[in-house]
Amino acid sequence: MGIDIKIPIGLMFTIFGLLLTAYGFFTRLDAALYKPSMGININLWSGLGMLILGVIMLALAYISRSQKP
Amino acid sequence: MNSEFILSWIDYLVMIIYFAFVLGIGWALKRYMKDASAFLEAGRSMPAWVAGLAFISTNLGALEVMGMTGSGMKYGMLTTHFYWVGAIPAMVFLAIFMMPFYYGSKARSVPEYLKLRYDEKTRGLNAILFAVMTILASGISMYALAILMEKVLGWNFHLSLILSAAIVLAYTYLGGLSSAIYNEVLQFFIIVVGLLPIVILSLKDVGGWHGLQQSLAPIVSHMPQHYAPDTWTTTWKYTGTAKANPLGVEWYGIFAGLGFVLSFGYWCTNFLIVQRAMSAKSTTAARNTPLIGAIPKMFIPFLIIVPGIVALVLANTPGKGFALPLNEAGQPIYDYTIIMLLKQYLPAGVLGLGVTALLASFMSGMAGNVSAFNTVWTYDIYQSYIRPTTKDKVSDDNHYLFVGRMATIFGVVVSIAAAYLASLFGNIMDFLQTIFSMVNAPLFAVIFLGMFWKRATGHAAFTGLLAGFFIALMHHGLTFPEGANTLVKGGWIAHLHAYPVEMAQNFWTAIFACSTSAIVTVVLSLLTKQKKSDDELKGLVYVLTPKLNEEAVPWYTRSTTLAIIVLLLVSILTILFW
Repeated sequence: MGIDIKIPIGLMFTIFGLLLTAYGFFTRLDAALYKPSMGININLWSGLGMLILGVIMLALAYISRSQKP
Repeated sequence: MNSEFILSWIDYLVMIIYFAFVLGIGWALKRYMKDASAFLEAGRSMPAWVAGLAFISTNLGALEVMGMTGSGMKYGMLTTHFYWVGAIPAMVFLAIFMMPFYYGSKARSVPEYLKLRYDEKTRGLNAILFAVMTILASGISMYALAILMEKVLGWNFHLSLILSAAIVLAYTYLGGLSSAIYNEVLQFFIIVVGLLPIVILSLKDVGGWHGLQQSLAPIVSHMPQHYAPDTWTTTWKYTGTAKANPLGVEWYGIFAGLGFVLSFGYWCTNFLIVQRAMSAKSTTAARNTPLIGAIPKMFIPFLIIVPGIVALVLANTPGKGFALPLNEAGQPIYDYTIIMLLKQYLPAGVLGLGVTALLASFMSGMAGNVSAFNTVWTYDIYQSYIRPTTKDKVSDDNHYLFVGRMATIFGVVVSIAAAYLASLFGNIMDFLQTIFSMVNAPLFAVIFLGMFWKRATGHAAFTGLLAGFFIALMHHGLTFPEGANTLVKGGWIAHLHAYPVEMAQNFWTAIFACSTSAIVTVVLSLLTKQKKSDDELKGLVYVLTPKLNEEAVPWYTRSTTLAIIVLLLVSILTILFW
């Protein structure tokens, strides 16, 4: 009905991905922040993962849109 | 032990963006809500993958996430029985054998199927019980959410209750079932993505799966019950006797009680779940819905149970500084395991994502309950007993759409009241879960007989439901789990038999209820006259329904192919973690 749910999912994860990747990048030297995650910059990695998920969703939405007449 | 978090601006930003999308989806769907069918049945237009993810997401409420992580800590990998035995086979059965009748009968709800197959009184009984229980369940989930917000984020109890209710109301009022379903898909992704960092970090902390097995061995073998060192990382290995495993149930009890009666009673008759598959766009899509849902379902244990098992290691390693908060009686609150893990591992940023995932799981449970309630209320109670359809279809459509919307508001308001009721009686959750299993088990017997035996009659089904419920009540009143300290747990009539654990008692209550209901229905069906003609039962009963022809569908999207893949995958998982 009406909307293609892949678009909002794709948009949301792209935004989350950009946000957390940037946050992770700017906080990469903050050792105190990443003490709970055992020194792993989990924001950067999660951000990149979500960015990939978001872009894949948007690409799928684009493909299914162009397939329809 | 302080369980409060300090969230930073980035965590709040993640939360706000998420809620903007949730409300945005409701808003975008508003213009499609032209009649009651669009609002209450999503216009039967959902693709199978959307319905399938919503199917699993409705069940992945916060009580499930929190409860299962806690069970991971308490019972280890044995908790996967709730998935690999207790859900997947029932979902496959629903898809292959029951969905053709639910969907093909054109019934708009499970109670309506009962009306078409049996009679008015059977529908009425089921509709009213379902409406009341759904709203109570929704209220309890809201209560749990507000308590969590208060304890973890330090938010005001009343404010978080009203705010979360307002968000759920806004998007279900705007977009009805479609909005609930689309949001469930969004919630599914956020729950997986939000909890994944916990799985990765916690496993890395203990040195992977092997490290986990090694660190658990000394902890488990030093327990007073003398469990084998690998009890927490195996599933069936120690189910030969009830005493050898922490569940306290042996393999046939798990198989019959959990794998058959409880899971079939839940997955195959609960309208909340079945409604997602009914919203699919075709019979094939409706059959594929539970099967597509089954694939993520079987991997969810790795997302929520495994971190719970790690928590047991953490709690026994003094240097980690990990401890569960205690309740008034000094017992650890296992439901808080997931929250303590979030606190343990996540820095600002992903922490916001994790908290958002928990919030999302609460809302999916609540919205699911509200959207199932308004359908049953509008079609099975209001349209049947208060204002039947008239000749004017257009004005009817508008009227029932209006009633559906009002039912949504009413449902949310009563849920809030139920949440306050729950805050007054601490035991209400145990009480409700007990009642649920008493109502669902007989229902499965009656629906199953209805679908596969054309001789089953309305009078018999109605009596069967009541008899099953009555026996469940009696069984609960006459038996009790060892160490029970409240009458809610059973034994309120007499103490005839003591079960070693509560779970064993629940299994047997369900087994007695289901078999009583089946026997009563069969015997009375043979004694009473079938009032429905074969023609009326067409599409409702197996022998009177034309076989589904799947030849037009490519073999790789056929339900039977998918079902085989699902069963194969779950067998592999079972063997790997035997």
